[in-house]
Amino acid sequence: MHDPTHDLMDDGARLAAADRSARVRHADRAARFVADAGQTDWHDAVLWRIRGKRDAAAGRVEGWERLRALASEIKEHTLSRLDEYLAAFEEAATANGAQVHWAADADAHNRIVRDLLRARGVRRVVKSKSMLTEECGLNPYLEARGFKVVDTDLGERIVQLREEPPSHLVAPAIHVRKEEIAALFHEKLGTPADADDPRLLAAAMREDLRARFLAADAAITGVNFAVASTGALVLVTNEGNADLGAHLAPAHIACMGIEKLIPKPEHLGVFLRLLARSATGQPLSVYTSYFRRPAPGRELHVVLVDNGRSRRLAQPDFRAALKCIRCGACLNTCPVYRRSGGHSYGATPSGPIGAILAPGMDMKRYASLPFASSLCGSCSDVCPVKIDIHAQLHRWRQVAAREGYVSWPKRWGMRVAGWIVRSPRRYRLAGRLVRGWLRHAPRRLRYGPWNAWGRQRELPRAPDRSFGEWYAAERGKK
Amino acid sequence: MSRKRRHNALGRAERSAQNGSRAREAILEAVRRAGAPFAPLPSIVGATDMGTGEALTARFMASAQAASATVRIVEAGGVEAAVREAFPGAASVASASPAWGFEQADPAAEASALARLDVLVCPGAFGVAENGAVWLAESGMGSRVAPFLAQHLVLALDHSAIVPDMHAACDRLETFGEGYGAFVAGPSKTADIEQTLVIGAHGPRSLTVLLT
Repeated sequence: MHDPTHDLMDDGARLAAADRSARVRHADRAARFVADAGQTDWHDAVLWRIRGKRDAAAGRVEGWERLRALASEIKEHTLSRLDEYLAAFEEAATANGAQVHWAADADAHNRIVRDLLRARGVRRVVKSKSMLTEECGLNPYLEARGFKVVDTDLGERIVQLREEPPSHLVAPAIHVRKEEIAALFHEKLGTPADADDPRLLAAAMREDLRARFLAADAAITGVNFAVASTGALVLVTNEGNADLGAHLAPAHIACMGIEKLIPKPEHLGVFLRLLARSATGQPLSVYTSYFRRPAPGRELHVVLVDNGRSRRLAQPDFRAALKCIRCGACLNTCPVYRRSGGHSYGATPSGPIGAILAPGMDMKRYASLPFASSLCGSCSDVCPVKIDIHAQLHRWRQVAAREGYVSWPKRWGMRVAGWIVRSPRRYRLAGRLVRGWLRHAPRRLRYGPWNAWGRQRELPRAPDRSFGEWYAAERGKK
Repeated sequence: MSRKRRHNALGRAERSAQNGSRAREAILEAVRRAGAPFAPLPSIVGATDMGTGEALTARFMASAQAASATVRIVEAGGVEAAVREAFPGAASVASASPAWGFEQADPAAEASALARLDVLVCPGAFGVAENGAVWLAESGMGSRVAPFLAQHLVLALDHSAIVPDMHAACDRLETFGEGYGAFVAGPSKTADIEQTLVIGAHGPRSLTVLLT
């Protein structure tokens, strides 16, 4: 049967694909963000406060570092036997009455969800926050096929109404000021024009979404942890939206990456102690729900998605990224993320973790992301599962350079620099030339378009002599 | 949906089931081939010593209050009185437990009726001192959605059923036989608007823990 809407959708998909294939230039996007200095300072401060809360919460836990090590080791173990744990989870979940589906990539995932919805005559879908479905582009896919999809996490709903992606793993609308939310809710929910009290705004959304929860035909959620031995899914929220959606709708579809598995409930304790403390500084999120069997008369579907994860598992340099539990601590601490905003990464997740995940998905598009870092290592220091994020950023830079994704001035610059520092004589000569040039060349030349560093800053005064020259002279005095 | 479309959708579902089993084999094979070297599973150490008895109770109370819950110590048998005192204006108070004299929560109640429920009172199975969470098993809820739809939630907890930390708490899940359960730490909340804390996001607007 020819479905006339089908061609239209494919056009939409093609357009979306064309947009996706464009290269993300982090520096250009960041420049747009920092053009508003007030916004940049505010964003920086808000995120730094969350980092502070995380530090305080971590400091109150006896043996925090041991806990991080445990979490890392549990994940490494699970990943090293992932095929066995996947099979065990499938068996247990099936015995519990859930239906398990397997998706090799984003496309297959979206098709499975679409088929489940269509076969049940679903029109209205409520969703709770899921980074996986963002990764797969599920919302636009379903909307193009006539489903009404409503995100129910407050922050996620705000960015959905603004028609933009989330900018932060845990706080999707962290880049939006309350005045903007007031204007948005005035337009969409009919709140008073200048009412920007967060309590009033949240209450308006509570009313609006309650009606949608009650009317939904199906709920789609993410998964924080899947327990292999019991076949249970663990979902964590503060708002209670995942539970409202999943318990009210006749069908609950839970979508998860294959790396979300943990062996047993006892391991859950380790991750739950780390997750909320790392994310927001809470000792535990408000709701930690343990879905073992579907409620009588209801359906529970689990979609296990690979979408590049098995490929990453085969890369020793990069497999540790699969340990990620999506807490967002690396975003909050990152000096680049805090001052460039999540949208500058053009990827979900954004921030340091996004900058090591995205190049593995699409190097051509995301080659600039590993360079969006000072390599200070703060991300690795706060990571609750000890991912070597900054080291991976550095390794991704090397891959980008090998595969020709680095601009020719940088490539040649590095080549020349390498040639110079290989020889002490050349190094000394180059030092003298540069010091002379810095002191005597006209400003117009020193601050030319090639001097990106000098765009917002004054270059330091060049010293009269190098350390080597000074040392030789001073020692000569003795 | 028309009958024909539904039929096609079901056909597609069958085809996708076949594709699914191919996808399953492909994914498991790719994971096996990835060759991640074996890493041993560590044994869990680090259970927190928070004392026992009163010290543990005090720690639980402080944690629950920090999570914006109200905690009260009540006499055994004082739950009804405490609920009436805390919610004097409540038109409807229900519970899934026959232990108290509240209206019985109907497991088959319409969701819209549950959403109008002022106060739901549930028996908590155990509490966690390090974070103030209370484990709520499905059997104590009435229906799974009730503790999320009710405007206010009250959890009654035996003060001797407090464990120190999440290690001890999750150990109990090893033998948990019900279909669903949840740790509840405070009333539903959000900070999605400029990181300002707002209590009563989608779920209950308040959480009261009554320690008996």
